[in-house]
Amino acid sequence: MSAQAFGARGTGSFPRGIHPAQAKHHSAAAALEVLPPPARVEIPLLQHLGAPATAAVKPRDPVAWGTVLGVASGFVSASVHSPLGGKVVRLGVTTLPNGRHVPTVAVAAEGEQVAGQALWEALYGGPWPTAGLDELTPEAIGAVVREAGLVGQGGAAFPTHVKLTPNPAKPVDTVLVNGCECEPFLTADDRLMREAPAPIVAGALLAARAAGARQVVIGVEDNKPEAVAALRAAAEGTGVVVQSVRTKYPQGGERQLVLSVVGRIVPTGGLPLDVGVVVVNVGTAAAIAAAVLRGRPLTHRVVAVTGPGVVRPANLLVPIGVSYREVLDFCGGLRPEAVRVLSGGPMMGLAVGDLATPVTKGTSGITVLTAREVRKAAETACVRCGRCGEACPLGLVPTRLALASRHRDWALARRYHIQACIECGCCAYVCPAAIPLTQLIRMGKAMLPKE
Amino acid sequence: MVAHPPDRVGPSAIVHVAPGPHLQDAAFTTRRMMADVLVGLAPVMAAAVAVFGWFAVMQVGICGLACLAAEYLFHTVMRRKPATLGDLSAVVTGAILGLSLPWSAPWYVGVIGSFAAIGFGKVVFGGLGMNLFNPAMVGRAFVMISFSVALGAGAFVLPDAPSVLSQATPLTVGKMTGEVTPLWPLFVGNVNGSLGETSAIACLLGGLWILVRRAGTWDAPLAIVGTVAVLSAGAQLAGIHPSLTVGHHLLGGSLLFGALFIATDPVTSPLTRSGRAVFGILIGLFVMVIRLFSGYPEGVMFAVLLANAMVPLINRWTVPTPLGGPVPGPVQKGGGA
Repeated sequence: MSAQAFGARGTGSFPRGIHPAQAKHHSAAAALEVLPPPARVEIPLLQHLGAPATAAVKPRDPVAWGTVLGVASGFVSASVHSPLGGKVVRLGVTTLPNGRHVPTVAVAAEGEQVAGQALWEALYGGPWPTAGLDELTPEAIGAVVREAGLVGQGGAAFPTHVKLTPNPAKPVDTVLVNGCECEPFLTADDRLMREAPAPIVAGALLAARAAGARQVVIGVEDNKPEAVAALRAAAEGTGVVVQSVRTKYPQGGERQLVLSVVGRIVPTGGLPLDVGVVVVNVGTAAAIAAAVLRGRPLTHRVVAVTGPGVVRPANLLVPIGVSYREVLDFCGGLRPEAVRVLSGGPMMGLAVGDLATPVTKGTSGITVLTAREVRKAAETACVRCGRCGEACPLGLVPTRLALASRHRDWALARRYHIQACIECGCCAYVCPAAIPLTQLIRMGKAMLPKE
Repeated sequence: MVAHPPDRVGPSAIVHVAPGPHLQDAAFTTRRMMADVLVGLAPVMAAAVAVFGWFAVMQVGICGLACLAAEYLFHTVMRRKPATLGDLSAVVTGAILGLSLPWSAPWYVGVIGSFAAIGFGKVVFGGLGMNLFNPAMVGRAFVMISFSVALGAGAFVLPDAPSVLSQATPLTVGKMTGEVTPLWPLFVGNVNGSLGETSAIACLLGGLWILVRRAGTWDAPLAIVGTVAVLSAGAQLAGIHPSLTVGHHLLGGSLLFGALFIATDPVTSPLTRSGRAVFGILIGLFVMVIRLFSGYPEGVMFAVLLANAMVPLINRWTVPTPLGGPVPGPVQKGGGA
């Protein structure tokens, strides 16, 4: 693999942004554990952006670990696979934290399961080659990634093979692996980088081979020195550069990270691809390696279970499709003062109303907050102090956008570039009048009439 | 491996849902911003007490109480809105109005000014955050026009007084008689004038607090001071009012008080950094035009009010471009326009 020395350079930071309390101490010290195989999982057929997968099994069909349960139904779609050996119980429907009702395949475990240390070794342990990857063709890597049902594990869950498919009109020169984990509380990526740096590096090299990139950079916030050290050791001699970037929210947003590390500005309405960069999360990189080098489809992922509302915060390797309730029970359950369970972190995460909700490929963490942390101040009048604009990483004027959304003044919303908002939540976090700016702007973006 | 415990998340566990972000910076509130402005006004108040004694306490006390009363009457009693006295914005308006009056103004001037400030300056627009003009300056303009003798240049002078009160204000002296006031008294504040404007050092100290605590932004004050410095240097070179130098224009009158405590009012200044710079340049320009070419010796109040009127326009001119450029328009198929 010919990943070259790091060329284009960013400053390691981006304009504006915020510094919320990091709150990583709840779970940062907890080593990764493997959740014992649950008796039953319910796997959504739509866990990604794009079209849902089509069910490929019927009730009472026997399945093994890795059996395809749903087949991708288009280019922007992803297959799903069984994390357990057993039997299909039924085809059902569930509601994901984002409010979408999606079809599911429920699988009951039967017989011996690959579990505990054996499961860890199969997915992340042992040696990972970093040389000789050139023998694989980009097409072969892309095809395996697609068959393995890989989607971005940072939260947005965009199908990975779509990013890796070379586009002659938009050549890629850089693969940027996102190890920022800038959301407060979350520590899953941190633990994965510390405990399994080798598959991340191997996966990054494979992604670069598939996308045709010359350089590979792993960007990690500087509040995770152990992760940086582990990755640097694993990347020794491979040409993969591990760059430490400033700890600031939303450093892990791909627009911010591309600017911080590569020094390029992703155009509004565009993708990192428009400036020659493919961004993949560290979990996704490890999953690429497991798929290509070991033939393992994406059936498990690392989840941080954290926050002051959970009895025993932990970082767990869990099967996709296990319920939030079972994961939380393994961590001792909720404390009595818990008031909100989030899928993801507290800035961009979604509140979960039903703990039977299954963990999906995009679930980066389960954060449980108590009344102390959640927003509660009553909204007062905007005094136009402009703090929201000073926090906005895109340089927008959130107070104007929120006003426009509230009054459905779409001309004003467009004049202030509402579509450029990435909904990171910085404006609502800093607002001294406790105006739900991000929430209003999100509503406005959804209601904005098409031009 | 920890044993799998029984179902601890019982049906009694109630979890709430709400749209994110789920966190909030609870330390920074509107109330804290207003409290920081009051702390910033403390050195100014101290200087006023040192120069004018009980006149300062009385004037600021009257205006503060009258503003609170006016806010309660207009906002809570007449408009039946929840009480807003706790946000301290009325106290800030009262303190700034009181400090911008001459020591000699009779009590009813402060009361009427306060009711005009809160009533015409704020509540008619819809209350805090909705007003176009700085309420304290609306109140002051109202009484200045209504009681021109009580607030005119002559009102500052108490003949035969043993203190600075027997002298005319420095800008009046410079403009009318051509006499040059030394700069050091202007800096420390041992001169006549409106209560809050005499001491440049007190204004700078208090203003620094406001900027450090981010209760106000530095863009407008810097633009005002810079513009006035440039224009007054030009005036000095051109020989207009030769007794008033750059130092007199910067340290005299209420320039620093206005730049640091009035132009930093977030409600009545533009939303963006570039907008606030334009706003500050306009204030500086208006101040110098009034000082050099009008009948008034001082022009900060009218300059702020004029610039306030232009804020919606400035906001319109200074919509920032997002990082990454403007939102692309819809793809035109077939190139039809």
